[in-house]
Amino acid sequence: MGFLGFLISGISLGSIYAIIALGYTMVYGIAKMLNFAHGDVIMVGAYICFFAVSKYHLPPLVGVLAAMAVCTALGIVIEKLAYKPLRQATSLAVLITAIGVSYFLQNAALLLWTSSPKVFSNPFIRQTVNEAGKKIKITGFQLFDGQLRISYVTVVTIVVCLVIMAALVLFTGKTKMGKAMRACSEDKGAAQLMGINVDTTISVTFAIGSGLAAIAGVLLCSAYPTLVPTTGSMPGIKAFTAAVFGGIGSIPGALLGGLLLGIIEIMAKAYISTQMSDAVVFLVLILVLLVKPAGLLGKKVREKV
Amino acid sequence: MPKEFKRGKLAPLPSNVLIPERDLDKSPILECRRLGIDFGGLRAVDDLDLTIGRTEIAGLIGPNGAGKTTVFNLLTKVYNPTRGSILLDGTDTAGKTTVQVNRMGIARTFQNIRLFHNQSVLDNVLIGLHNSMTCSLASSILRLPSYWKNEKIARERAMEYLSLFGLESHANELAGSLPYGAQRRLEIARALATNPSLLLLDEPAAGMNPSETAELMENIVRIRDTFQIAVLLIEHDMNLVMGICEGICVLNFGKVIAKGSPEQIRENPAVIEAYLGRKGVAEA
Amino acid sequence: MMNRNKNFGRNLLTFAVVIAAYAILQPMVLAGSVSATLKGMLVPICAYVAMALSLNLTVGVLGELSLGHAGFMSVGAFAGATTAIALQQAVASAPLRLAIALAVAAVFAALVGFLIGIPVLRLNGDYLAIVTLAFGEIIKSIFNNLYLGLDDRGFHVSLLEDRTGLAEEGRMIIAGPMGIGNIPKIASFTGGFILILLCLAVIFNLVNSRQGRAVMAIRDNRIAAESVGIPVTKYKMMAFVISAAMAGAAGALFSLNYSTVVANKFDFNTSILILVFVVFGGLGNMLGSVIAAAALTILPEALRSFSNYRMLIYAIVLILVMLATNNPTLKMLIGRTIPKRKGAAESA
Repeated sequence: MGFLGFLISGISLGSIYAIIALGYTMVYGIAKMLNFAHGDVIMVGAYICFFAVSKYHLPPLVGVLAAMAVCTALGIVIEKLAYKPLRQATSLAVLITAIGVSYFLQNAALLLWTSSPKVFSNPFIRQTVNEAGKKIKITGFQLFDGQLRISYVTVVTIVVCLVIMAALVLFTGKTKMGKAMRACSEDKGAAQLMGINVDTTISVTFAIGSGLAAIAGVLLCSAYPTLVPTTGSMPGIKAFTAAVFGGIGSIPGALLGGLLLGIIEIMAKAYISTQMSDAVVFLVLILVLLVKPAGLLGKKVREKV
Repeated sequence: MPKEFKRGKLAPLPSNVLIPERDLDKSPILECRRLGIDFGGLRAVDDLDLTIGRTEIAGLIGPNGAGKTTVFNLLTKVYNPTRGSILLDGTDTAGKTTVQVNRMGIARTFQNIRLFHNQSVLDNVLIGLHNSMTCSLASSILRLPSYWKNEKIARERAMEYLSLFGLESHANELAGSLPYGAQRRLEIARALATNPSLLLLDEPAAGMNPSETAELMENIVRIRDTFQIAVLLIEHDMNLVMGICEGICVLNFGKVIAKGSPEQIRENPAVIEAYLGRKGVAEA
Repeated sequence: MMNRNKNFGRNLLTFAVVIAAYAILQPMVLAGSVSATLKGMLVPICAYVAMALSLNLTVGVLGELSLGHAGFMSVGAFAGATTAIALQQAVASAPLRLAIALAVAAVFAALVGFLIGIPVLRLNGDYLAIVTLAFGEIIKSIFNNLYLGLDDRGFHVSLLEDRTGLAEEGRMIIAGPMGIGNIPKIASFTGGFILILLCLAVIFNLVNSRQGRAVMAIRDNRIAAESVGIPVTKYKMMAFVISAAMAGAAGALFSLNYSTVVANKFDFNTSILILVFVVFGGLGNMLGSVIAAAALTILPEALRSFSNYRMLIYAIVLILVMLATNNPTLKMLIGRTIPKRKGAAESA
């Protein structure tokens, strides 16, 4: 059962990566930039939810909504202040700026909320009374006579991820804004000539990506409860890896890449070495870029000469 | 049309070959056989046969989107052809890279000027001379005598190329700060510095005023005469094309619709139709 | 046409600033009139300056962002410290041992740079940056799990756990996450000064040569560079390997100033810190890198209260510098307030 258990945790972790990867892949598809600060938006979302629930005793769902609201706003502000002025600049300048934003968020969080870790209380629990009459918290259920334990967080994460994916596919396929997004990712100039407001479209993309980042942040910290200002950076980079793996710009690619990367990471932890698991994940990124630079589901783009 | 550009009459040629009289005794510099490339389902260039003589000035014309620049990209291996072959001086360029093809003797300019904008005019030409220089990395970093010798010769040669195009007084300015016409001339100088046997010019007169264009025509002919090279140019300015090209190839929708001397092309009904549309033909 | 290159004056100024700094500080150090804090910082400053020059070669001259530059520093630090320990008996003279350690470190880092460059340099832009980041993390993971021992039978290496099986009198050099301990502190200010001069000389001579022009041509327009027959990967590799070698030497200098060195010292944050130096000093501006690296290493020490806000301020500076130098509107505004220098083209 060990393998099945690892597979399920891999899928769960992969679902979180997939949700984060969506933010990268949509922004990359439309604004053609690597939003390095995306991982840190996750961290901000997790902190907001943490404070809403532990300090102001709001219900977890309200906490999540608050986190989403703050992150959406944050995403739009970041785009307007830092990235929009650089629409015409080189990718080097944009990337350095994005790294600056990432560091700004991390260090602002460090000053605001200190480096002492916050223990995120898992909202996905059930309280019952055991035989002795004591209140206990149940975090999951067991299958196959207790050989396989699955926590509620795992189930919720996977379900949330699938729902988000389905919603986004519908959104980009059916709605006017979704079509505008696809048009912008193909050719911004042509989209503008067709009467699409490119600035608004990019803002909406950042808003959606950042809102999803908040959800990912809450899920991530429910599964791995220690919250520090650098919580988001490593998952962020790995999720970008997942987005590249699946094919940047592709929503199904983000799901596929995220799941595969999650599974690879958990398997590497289980069967190779805990300390080396990050190295394995990065090795995957390097191999993907060498063998199939457009990713599993991505399209190859020709540079116009 | 300036009088000096009226060339001698072309010898009668086979209909699909564009070699001027003086090149007939030599093998052509470029031969494309049934060249074609597909982008997805689109046949961007199809079944292109093109032969260019050693010192010929040839024109590649056609309406927008006809696939002219794609032909240049095929010749310089920016794209790999789906079908057909390209022979440069009798050697097949299949499997060669852009860099190797340049070393074999094809140099080009770009429709949307691609200079090294942040470097000086002189440096742009020096970069073109890269493969003519021989000093190693070690001698560059240690400033060995071979470095100084190479630099001295290269700088002198670069200045000569610049003076061919009247750019010598701008040598130390940034390439990006030059006026548009001068940037086009600098791009030709840079391409020429790579010592090509075939020079591809992509809309060299675009954005130039009539007097600049006249000067450019003079320059192209002079380059050909001085360096004894072939020139293939894409151009919309018919005065330029008809004025200096000895052979012209007309593309439409990726296919050759006509080939011949300027006189033949001017009267070719298929060409007139392609440029003016059916209605235009009826009115003409 | 004079044969002297167009940046001659500026390069001379850069050398002059470095030499003047040394000429002022070194007698003060010898006379003991420098505070202990500053004295302790002289070698790290030199190492950071060399790192900034190295990264500026990659970012400013080659035009590609390396986010794993601390990885090369790490390779150099470990290779240099190992060499210095291994040669403790064989080479008596400390300056000579330092020179050998730095050279070995540079060679190792160059080798790693070459191996990493094979896959990395086929990529462009954001992908290249993220893959260098990945390699930086992989190097860190490897050093965190590397065990290297030396006894009379030679070197023994193992990964993940200590399986070196050293003889009794053998010495454990790299002990996984514990890193290297008991390093001979042979790094000196003079050594660092010479390293900086060498880095400057290599960069300036490269930039004004056939090879350097090829590198900058690739940076400015890859397609045009290919069209004039410049093999892109070869020259990217050349610049990248030289840059890695410099970072390796800087890493060795850095590690030989402390008694212990661990892999986690050379993480992503260090890479970003160096990037801040380079951006702050100006991309492609070597004098700027020297001054920024030195100033931003001293300042936080000098202003203790500032250190909490240091990274926050660096982040803001990073964003503002990029906006100011790349946004057309802001550029024009700045251009209007500061009258443009005459002959800007020549000094660019």
